[in-house]
Amino acid sequence: MRTEIAGPGYSSRAQRTFTVTGRVLEALHVDGPLLAGVLAVGVVGLVVLFSAAGENVSIFLRQAARLGLALVVLVVVAQVPPRLLRAIAPWLYAAGVLLLVAVALTGDIAMGAQRWLDLGFIRFQPSEIMKIAVPLACAWYLHDRPLPPSPASLAVLAVAIMVPALLIAEQPDLGTALLVSAGGVLVILLAGLQVRYMIGLGALLAAAGPVVWHFLHDYQRQRVLTFLNPQNDPLGAGYHTIQSQIAIGSGGVFGKGYMNGSQAQLEFLPERSTDFIFAVIGEEWGLVGLSVLMVLYLLVIGRGLYIAVQAQDTFSRLTAGSLTLLFGVYVFVNSGMVAGLLPVVGVPLPLVSYGGTSMVTLMAAFGILMSVHSRRKLVAT
Amino acid sequence: MAGSNRLKDHWAEQRLFGRRVLAASIVILLLLAALGTRLFYLQVVRHDYFSDLSQGNRIRIEPIPPNRGLIFDRHGEALALNRPAYQLELVREQTPDVEDTLARLVGIGLLPEEDVERTMRAIKARRSFDAVPIRLQLSEEELARFAVNRPDFPGVEVRPRLTRHYPKGGTGVHAIGYVAAISEQDQERIDVPNYAGTTLIGKLGIERAYEEDLHGQTGHQQLLVNAQGRRVERVGLTAPDLQRKEAVAGNDLYLTVDARVQQVAEEALAGQRAAVVAIDPRNGDVVAFVSTPTFDPNGFARGLTYAEYDALANDIDVPLYDRALRGVYPPGSTIKPLIALAALENDITTPEAQRYCRGAFQLPGSSHRYRDWKRSGHGSVDMHRAIAVSCDVYFYGVSAEMGIQKMHDFLTSVGLGQKTGIDIAGERPGLVPSPDWKRNAFKKKELQTWFPGETVIAGIGQGYMLATPLQLAHVTATIAMRGERYAPRLVNRIRDADTGDIRALEPRALPRVPVEDASHWDVIIGGMVGVMNDPWGTARRSQIGAPYKIAGKTGTAQVFSVGQNEKYDEKAVAERMRDHALFVAFAPADDPQLAVAVVVENGRSGSGTAAPIARKVFDAYLLPPDQAAQAAPGPTQPAGGSEE
Repeated sequence: MRTEIAGPGYSSRAQRTFTVTGRVLEALHVDGPLLAGVLAVGVVGLVVLFSAAGENVSIFLRQAARLGLALVVLVVVAQVPPRLLRAIAPWLYAAGVLLLVAVALTGDIAMGAQRWLDLGFIRFQPSEIMKIAVPLACAWYLHDRPLPPSPASLAVLAVAIMVPALLIAEQPDLGTALLVSAGGVLVILLAGLQVRYMIGLGALLAAAGPVVWHFLHDYQRQRVLTFLNPQNDPLGAGYHTIQSQIAIGSGGVFGKGYMNGSQAQLEFLPERSTDFIFAVIGEEWGLVGLSVLMVLYLLVIGRGLYIAVQAQDTFSRLTAGSLTLLFGVYVFVNSGMVAGLLPVVGVPLPLVSYGGTSMVTLMAAFGILMSVHSRRKLVAT
Repeated sequence: MAGSNRLKDHWAEQRLFGRRVLAASIVILLLLAALGTRLFYLQVVRHDYFSDLSQGNRIRIEPIPPNRGLIFDRHGEALALNRPAYQLELVREQTPDVEDTLARLVGIGLLPEEDVERTMRAIKARRSFDAVPIRLQLSEEELARFAVNRPDFPGVEVRPRLTRHYPKGGTGVHAIGYVAAISEQDQERIDVPNYAGTTLIGKLGIERAYEEDLHGQTGHQQLLVNAQGRRVERVGLTAPDLQRKEAVAGNDLYLTVDARVQQVAEEALAGQRAAVVAIDPRNGDVVAFVSTPTFDPNGFARGLTYAEYDALANDIDVPLYDRALRGVYPPGSTIKPLIALAALENDITTPEAQRYCRGAFQLPGSSHRYRDWKRSGHGSVDMHRAIAVSCDVYFYGVSAEMGIQKMHDFLTSVGLGQKTGIDIAGERPGLVPSPDWKRNAFKKKELQTWFPGETVIAGIGQGYMLATPLQLAHVTATIAMRGERYAPRLVNRIRDADTGDIRALEPRALPRVPVEDASHWDVIIGGMVGVMNDPWGTARRSQIGAPYKIAGKTGTAQVFSVGQNEKYDEKAVAERMRDHALFVAFAPADDPQLAVAVVVENGRSGSGTAAPIARKVFDAYLLPPDQAAQAAPGPTQPAGGSEE
């Protein structure tokens, strides 16, 4: 398509520039539309963050640097062909599980939970790797098998998903555990899990509810109860939910204006530059701002699903599809939590919330999508 | 990868995948719709509601305390002013741990250890969002110390406030009173919202009695605050249209007191436990209202430490005690002119009727001798002379013939035994005894009969009879006005803070003394003039050199026991068992402008101790300042302990 536009007779400077850019992107295995969407969300995030962090320049610069670093990761990952990725997948999964075990045994205690692994030069959360490793491993497992998956395959996959999920839940980080599981489940669903199994699984989950409740930590139960009735404890556990809803609601249609959100600027809104940044957008930019953001997210998700549909082997297809949907899950879990539709779980707003690890993970996932997309013809021929 | 027992159908799988993606897309759109609906609900449907909540979050209403009304003397000299000071305040709602906060304030030396408990109580007594003062006047050094530590003390702030200042210190303190921090008990008598920003409240005297006038109306302003409740200044943060309602200052009071006369009287009483009340008989205006020793009221506005308060409260001379208003003393011989008047009104005797004084009196059929203060006796005396020389025997006889009931009824009609109705609180009524009173005042009522002997000593103002210095001055003013009575008052003009208009208060007339024959007044006033002017007059020395004529009466009151508040100390007891010295007078005798009552505890001699003090007060008030200094008589020797 790009070559057509840049055909002879259309040699204005703009078109030449466009053509050159297109060629560079192609050579780098980078998908233009997806990159544009991701960058748009990232830039919106930086702009919002500057206000949310109280015009703190150093926070802004650090986040911009992270975005840049994450883009480098994206490009690097994009260079890895899907075939190689498929070969790595089981090892990545195995390494991730080992790291989780290591964390369980030695992990640093931060924020009251053992989530971090200190390797001396870098501290990171192995659970973050699993967000990508689990879908990759599931896709790898299903690659050569006929779809929809057989019950035996399902059993294997269930175990493959449960092991890291339980290890993460034990840290305890229930939110991440659920999201990691979601990555694997999405693969299975995309692989064509029969509707009857879906219904069965749903029934099983409903039945497991009370059992899970029993094993929840007190603070986790409190979060669920608070979600059901935030006014129970307006200054304690319900404070986040109430203040974020006040922020969003008082923003109205057009918002209070950039850097003018009183909830955010006067610190009524907790964690306003991280998990609750969605409320800052809602307060300062109103319904219009949130709609624009959701449209940008939708463009990214749409492009990701398009790439998945275009993919030409099972592994690529399942990987691209599940990673894209997982991104969508993040978006909805965070916005749903901030808007009071879901209990408070520690999930950042992808590409917008302040913080480094999730940004890198997300960009790696987008790198995989781009790798899949740029090599589809090679696979086909 | 191997081990698949079915063949992969790539095309079917791709179609299946396509269907799944389509389904996922639909789910995403449904979720988006749900989120959109939720956002629409929050941002459009309930926008106003959440706007209000967000406003409420960031806007705090802060009271603006009104400026307390000022107090001036009758010539406009300032007696109570407001002065800026920095005070430390705590808002319970914004303080994470009040107890810990107070403990840490003690730690950095900003709160005395012994005040913690009291402060805690004060904080609990106020509403959680009120700023409760915990230190009233911070020094610059303390201000700096707090500024350094401020981040450690959320909810605690330094505020500039106006505090009370009494430029003349203890002068007139018992009339003016003082202000101090609002206590738990005060909470019950105030309109709490109107005192939201107020630190000090009137505790005594005029400051208390006119609290409503002085306090004013609290205003309020809206402030922009952050989540920690700290005030923030941010321009343009969504149009903070902050409202402000100014406070209305309290009304200024003009006292009837003349600060100069007051000071002269206080100086004359220096070092003694005494009281002076001077009243303008024509309207009840209190020109001087003195109780000594005095104390400095400024300490209360600053907040006394426990040690300071203890020292003041346990002082053997009880400076906090208002002797003029609450001290009750036997009136002694100062009652004699009224007894004479009662006798005339009841036709017991005539002005001319003579009685012979041998130096003692005996009731018929009784061997008990009631002694005159002059052992040798006064010889033959008529009423004028009986008053002038203060002959006890004359009044023993008159009283015995009149009987206690008639005496009681007449003295009551003059205003004794009841509150005068002065415009400050705490007045004691004194006592005019009667057989009825005696029956009800003690245990075993049936045994309480009135003895004739009690009537006899009542005739010279001893026994059960008690009066306050204020009552004595009031009664003297009544004699000066020949029965016209006015309730004493300390405030006669109020300046409205809002309009600036000065409103004069009308004198409050009391029922006239029912005297049938106006010439009877001439007789007793003549006797009182005789006290000062006759060659035998008991207080003639205090008239010498005065360009106006005084009508007065000396008195001595026996002390039966040491006062209730006083600690026992052998040397002090001996001194404190001496008689109280009394003197009442008005002047000029033919055109009364001032009536004065002087009581000096353990002063021994009415003529020697009390009368010269009254003379100084008259001079200060009646003469131009330069003459007053010359006219005042030098120290008078007590007349050999042989008067009255």
